Amino acid sequence: MSQGIYLDNNATTRVDPEVLQEMLPLFTEHFGNPSSMHGFGAAVGGKIEWARKQVQALLGAAHDSEIVFTSGGTESDNTAILSALEAYPKKREIVTSVVEHPGVLALCEYLEKKRGCKVHRIPVDKRGNLDMEAYRAALSDQVAIVSIMWANNETGTIFPVEELARMAKEAGALFHTDAVQSVGKIPMKLADSAIDMLSLSGHKLHAPKGIGALYVKRGLRYRPMLRGGHQERSRRAGTENAPGIVGLGAAAQLALVHMGDENTRVKALRDKLEQAILAAVPSCFVTGNPDNRLPNTCNIAFEYIEGEAILLLLNEAGIAASSGSACTSGSLEPSHVMRAMGVPYTAAHGATRFSLSRDTTEEEIDRVIAVVPGIIAKLRSLSPYWQQEAGKPKEFAPVYS
Amino acid sequence: MWNYTDKVKEHFFNPKNSGVLDSANAVGEVGSITCGDALRLMLKVDPDTQIIQDAKFQTFGCGSAIASSSALTEMIIGKTVDEALTLTNRDIAEYLGGLPPEKMHCSVMGAEALRAAIANYKGEAWEDDHEEGELVCKCFGIDAAMIERAVTVNGLTTLEEVTHYTKAGGSCQTCHEKIEEVLEEVLAKTGALKPAKKHTPGTVGLDAIKPLEPKAEPAAAPKLTNVQRMQAIMSAIEEMRPQIQRDGGDVELVDIDGKDIYVRLSGACSGCSQSAGTMMGVQMKLVEKLGEFVRVKPASLMPAHAG
Repeated sequence: MSQGIYLDNNATTRVDPEVLQEMLPLFTEHFGNPSSMHGFGAAVGGKIEWARKQVQALLGAAHDSEIVFTSGGTESDNTAILSALEAYPKKREIVTSVVEHPGVLALCEYLEKKRGCKVHRIPVDKRGNLDMEAYRAALSDQVAIVSIMWANNETGTIFPVEELARMAKEAGALFHTDAVQSVGKIPMKLADSAIDMLSLSGHKLHAPKGIGALYVKRGLRYRPMLRGGHQERSRRAGTENAPGIVGLGAAAQLALVHMGDENTRVKALRDKLEQAILAAVPSCFVTGNPDNRLPNTCNIAFEYIEGEAILLLLNEAGIAASSGSACTSGSLEPSHVMRAMGVPYTAAHGATRFSLSRDTTEEEIDRVIAVVPGIIAKLRSLSPYWQQEAGKPKEFAPVYS
Repeated sequence: MWNYTDKVKEHFFNPKNSGVLDSANAVGEVGSITCGDALRLMLKVDPDTQIIQDAKFQTFGCGSAIASSSALTEMIIGKTVDEALTLTNRDIAEYLGGLPPEKMHCSVMGAEALRAAIANYKGEAWEDDHEEGELVCKCFGIDAAMIERAVTVNGLTTLEEVTHYTKAGGSCQTCHEKIEEVLEEVLAKTGALKPAKKHTPGTVGLDAIKPLEPKAEPAAAPKLTNVQRMQAIMSAIEEMRPQIQRDGGDVELVDIDGKDIYVRLSGACSGCSQSAGTMMGVQMKLVEKLGEFVRVKPASLMPAHAG
């Protein structure tokens, strides 16, 4: 497995060795508490401020104090939404989309059930594009916050966040975006943006797990979720995860360097993989909007077979991918993103995501191209929906419960 | 990554008896497309001996669904139809060395396909009455549909009762919030807190899961009406007040919720290290007066909606 082909970078990425090098002294050498009044602490404090500037640069933010370090994407998402509701107690509505990450969706569901909030979930079309009319209609002066992702983790489809943020602003609502998948892949200049808050996660851009950040535009009404010490200017209490923060800083610096590579070489590899699979395998299609998506993501729905079985066979071949199938998640429903786009169940269960990174090589992509058609054919030969001889789906009508 | 046994992997990577059986005289097709499973089981039964001579399957599903189908065919070939009918989903899971709780439904699908195929052979109608919902209790593999059924059939109203009847939430206890959500939903649907029907253990869903013994009811005392009971509680507390007041404190009855009696300790009692002892004293007095078991709790523990 150690020499496997890793195409699940939207789930998590490998820590860049340069990032690790930056982090290591923080464990044993510069171990002080940045809040302490001695040299041990001061050295760490300086490193943290350096890291903050790197994240600021990656986001194109106007001030480094707009960056609040957190434990990751989910904490940032929760903090942003809860902060808006507390800062504007008279506004009890939230606007979000049906394809958000659970970090947003599960919180909204909870707020709806237990706190009496009204949640508008904006639908998407067959290609995963947001219904702009429904969005416009949901905005009002009752909306405390809009939380809509920059790019979708399953399909890579990009939402027009800048336009959405401007519309939210006109309606007097805050705009938050979960940019966990897009930071480091899409150039950003938040200084000139209407976006008020933005979540990012370290482990999606070659920093370690357990570190992330929330961008909070200067002057925004904000209420912390964690109260305690004065860390992060009292916006996120708790002793700083200094090694993680420095790792995120180093990763942000590298992400700026490699962004060109992501959008040229990696993108070309993704396109090569996708076109080769579509050409070699019948009855499969790309989900989401292929014309407007992240450069590293490709999600192909293989009809009449199930995703977990695909992943198990890929894994045997040393290839790591991911699936929108129900059976990989422990729930019984296929991915909410696939269902939201109206992908039929027989295809949604076979939706397979290949997500590349700057570590991906052409040899690896060629291996995958060679292996995938055989795996799909093997599983289809087992499937009651698939007519081997004709190579076409056949009539199969089981008793459904 | 699922923790599959070697046996499951063996049957997934090299499934036995997959494909179409042209000479089949019994076919069972079952599935749950939302869950991503569908299975066609084909049998060739000898009409004279009733022995299943051959079996093949086609499965749309995950690793354990394919493995369960493969195992099923291996288990039934050579058996008579009646012998095969005694197989349960647990037998399939055991044959595979066990399945993760989230994947038990795959074995259920196998067992149902077998019943469907045999019904088809005998010319009987067969209806799939199996429902599945979100898995709630991972320790015992209990899903939301099963909890709903247990709550509806038995008129359950509390988390404790759900645990007694289905085992759900009885082990690691991390699913208690989810169980309460299911409970609330069902109660809201059925017009809520109707008096619980007589409990009839054994009528709930999967036969393999037996309810725990309900707790023995304490010996019935002369039955008080609600008003009499409330008055008895109030007068018992009144009787205790002078003694507590002598120590500079006081006790006040706040609410009665079935067996839970909520009181508020005040004055010297509040924050006193002996207050737990005082509560116990009040409880003993009440149990004695009422002739039934009650719990005395501080008012601060009252459920939020009641406060």
